Amino acid sequence: MDAAALTFLALGLPFVAAAFAPALTRVLGHNAAWILALAPFAIFVHFAGFVAEIAKGEIITGGYAWIPSFNVSFSWLIDGLSLTFVLLISGIGALIVLYSGGYLKGHPQQGRFFSFILMFMGSMQGLVVSDSFLMLFVFWELTSITSFLLIGFDHGREAARRAALQALVVTGGGGLMLLAGLLILWNISGITQFSLLPAFGGELKESPFYLAVLLLVLGGAFTKSAQFPFHFWLPNAMEAPTPVSAYLHSATMVKAGVYLLMRLNPVLGGTPEWQILLPLFGVTTLVAGAALAVRQTDLKLMLAYTTMSSLGLLVMLTGLGMPHALEAAALYLVAHALFKGALFMVAGSIDHETGLRDLTRLGGLRSAMPLTFAIALLAALSMGGLLPSFGFLAKEEIYAALSGFDRRSMVFAALTMLGNALMFAVAFAIALKPFIGPKVHTPKHAHEAPLLLWLGPALLAVTGLAMALMSGLAHRLITSPMATAVAGQPRSVSVSLMPHIGVPLVLSGLTVLAGIAFYLNLARLRAAMTVILADIGWGPDRGFDQFLRGLVRFAVAVTRRLQGGRLDVYMTATFVLVAVVLLAVPFRYGEFPRAPFFSADVPLHELAIMAIAVAGLFAVVLAADRLTAIVSLGIQGFAVAMIFLLYGAPDLAFTQFMIETLSVVVLALVMTRLRLSPSDHRPLGEKLPDFALALACGLGFGLFLLKVTAAPFDATLTDFFNRYSKAVAHGENVVNVIIVDFRGTDTLGEIAVVMIAGLAILSLVRLRAGSLQRGEPVEIAAEEAKREERA
Amino acid sequence: MRSVIFRTVAPFLTGLMVLFSIFVLLRGHNAPGGGFIGGLIAVSALAIYGIAHGVETVRRAIFFHPMAIAGAGLFAATIAGLVSLVARVPFMTGLWIYPSVLGTEIPLSTVMLFDTGVYLVVIGAIGSVALSLEERGGS
Repeated sequence: MDAAALTFLALGLPFVAAAFAPALTRVLGHNAAWILALAPFAIFVHFAGFVAEIAKGEIITGGYAWIPSFNVSFSWLIDGLSLTFVLLISGIGALIVLYSGGYLKGHPQQGRFFSFILMFMGSMQGLVVSDSFLMLFVFWELTSITSFLLIGFDHGREAARRAALQALVVTGGGGLMLLAGLLILWNISGITQFSLLPAFGGELKESPFYLAVLLLVLGGAFTKSAQFPFHFWLPNAMEAPTPVSAYLHSATMVKAGVYLLMRLNPVLGGTPEWQILLPLFGVTTLVAGAALAVRQTDLKLMLAYTTMSSLGLLVMLTGLGMPHALEAAALYLVAHALFKGALFMVAGSIDHETGLRDLTRLGGLRSAMPLTFAIALLAALSMGGLLPSFGFLAKEEIYAALSGFDRRSMVFAALTMLGNALMFAVAFAIALKPFIGPKVHTPKHAHEAPLLLWLGPALLAVTGLAMALMSGLAHRLITSPMATAVAGQPRSVSVSLMPHIGVPLVLSGLTVLAGIAFYLNLARLRAAMTVILADIGWGPDRGFDQFLRGLVRFAVAVTRRLQGGRLDVYMTATFVLVAVVLLAVPFRYGEFPRAPFFSADVPLHELAIMAIAVAGLFAVVLAADRLTAIVSLGIQGFAVAMIFLLYGAPDLAFTQFMIETLSVVVLALVMTRLRLSPSDHRPLGEKLPDFALALACGLGFGLFLLKVTAAPFDATLTDFFNRYSKAVAHGENVVNVIIVDFRGTDTLGEIAVVMIAGLAILSLVRLRAGSLQRGEPVEIAAEEAKREERA
Repeated sequence: MRSVIFRTVAPFLTGLMVLFSIFVLLRGHNAPGGGFIGGLIAVSALAIYGIAHGVETVRRAIFFHPMAIAGAGLFAATIAGLVSLVARVPFMTGLWIYPSVLGTEIPLSTVMLFDTGVYLVVIGAIGSVALSLEERGGS
């Protein structure tokens, strides 16, 4: 099997594993994790095989045609950027699967959880290796959907459901913006693949649609990557079980936005708009996230907000456009994935073993959980940017990028230092506070986490350390190719653990000092932040609720106006519109048909049929009661069917006969159900407008048909179908061959509509009958009132 | 409506009409007819039977819920389209086989399966509406 087929298999593997997960878990219990983790592990091994090639500067593309007529393919692009991502996703994915084996041990729905998280992993993996725009979009939305399932996993709780819905609405909405952006990109470039875009790059930035593309793409990226003010779904997503948070925050989902920006940096980046918008939103998110993190006391929530600020940092670095910035982004992304994954899992372990996640109530766990303590410290070193961790390298590179003495650099450097110092404080608050100090009583008797719970975080923390110690190798294999791919031109990362005396080190030192100061005054900071936030009061989270409530209220108002529920209003509106369209258009353009030509020698039987049709019409109008009118309507319909028959359309005539019969039957049945009075007792004044409207519609249709038939008949299609019906489709009845063969797909759609319409009518009939029996009107207003009460 | 004559004739009429509807369905490819018309005829048959002997009798007679019939039809039609994918030709390409049964060559095709699907959807969807209307209308 060649590499392309294997890559394709690797992309599908998580979904296959997801399909088998529930059954496997039923058999093996939580130990199924060991087998299920093989799927991401195999993917990791497969993609790790590309590392040497990519490090040499090669780019691997491959794929299959998907919709060739639209130039859409299922194709992948593996370069330094996607390779780093896919290794993080599969590597951390494997550890997360193991971790969830321990964390959700004995949970009745553990199999379902495995299934969801593997699908989530597969979506994210597909997202980062996508070469084609459409494929990226599909996987992008798949991550939204699978994360919806994961966040709402504990669906019995209202908060989890709300958080899931919120994440779906925010990221899904952003996904739609992304789709629009990609379509415009496609439109102006004619390209559907990322790998071909750089060749087109310069022209794109000149395009008048550049700003539109940029704003739409940013809309997608910022919602997904939780940039301020779209950040609120991220902390709420903490409703998910901890393995999900660890995964969602370290390697997947929220990194998708950053990935997209990095992927498009060579094409969209470097412009003033890019260099203003990204750093601005990034730095705001960085500081806001760090400040919000300080306020929290829940371990998971603190971590969640620091993820937000780390994402801000990454977005800022991607947009900064200074030397070393992209290298710093690459380093920090890897470092963050490793330490954040580890810290989340540590937080989960503490929660799992003690039953507590509140920082202020935890303490003295060091003797009970020494291993967890060590892992937490190692990860916090990296998060705080201290020697000898990979985070230190990232932080050095960040400050190298910001060490200029111009005003822009200095402002961003100051804000970054503030954010980093706050994150430093949070990191050590999480890594130290629960472990040091006197032992406190916890709901569960604290003891060391089992193998499945410490293996994942330990491996991540040690990887961070190893990558820092062997920084030369790590740069050559991972970070340099990644920075190269992000920059679109060769870049090499060289920062090592040996501190160089210079501005970056000074900034780093100042950050650490400030961080220690913040750590020592954490309680005071928290109190201050709580007061400030209470003063502000309103936040985007509440704004989201208000927005949704407003949307529902608006929809209800519109529906109430447009769909009042009175059939006569609907029908009048429809027919007025028909009459206006049919009469106003020819009037406006003077396109009335000429007087029709009547042949003098119309055969007697044709005249007779026309006479019957007209007689049927009068019978309808003059009928004494409704039932007679309905049956009389059939007279006219049968006469029309006869005309079809005479003019060589037996199929049409046949159908018309059946339709007429059935509609008389159905109409009669409906009429009996409606329990109307047998005849129409309205005064003449009410009947006249209807009469005029009917006349106008009839006149309009008559004129329209005369006009259409006056044009010479184009027989191209007739000839085509006559010629090929028997030859190609083995059928002599052209009408039927068109329906079931030439235009079969249309028919498939139509019968689906018939069935759905049938279902709808059926449920309406039942609903009406049911509500009549209960004697209560079913109205939207009532539903809405109930919802308001609950809210 | 429910005269003795009508009630006596209705079952025979219904049987004949259903038989005729199948005939119309099968001959549709080469002569006037087809799944849609056939389905309408069959629905009329059911409606007549329902008027004569009550909806419950019809429901018992067709055994399946009409909507299940419609669903099966939609399923069959989709399968008919998908078969061509297995044969590595574009979706909905008509495929024909000519097996010989007792010396007579019988043309079978995915197109026929598709038309049968249309027939069943029409019977199921319109039939269920007609039946549910009759049901409530009578009571």
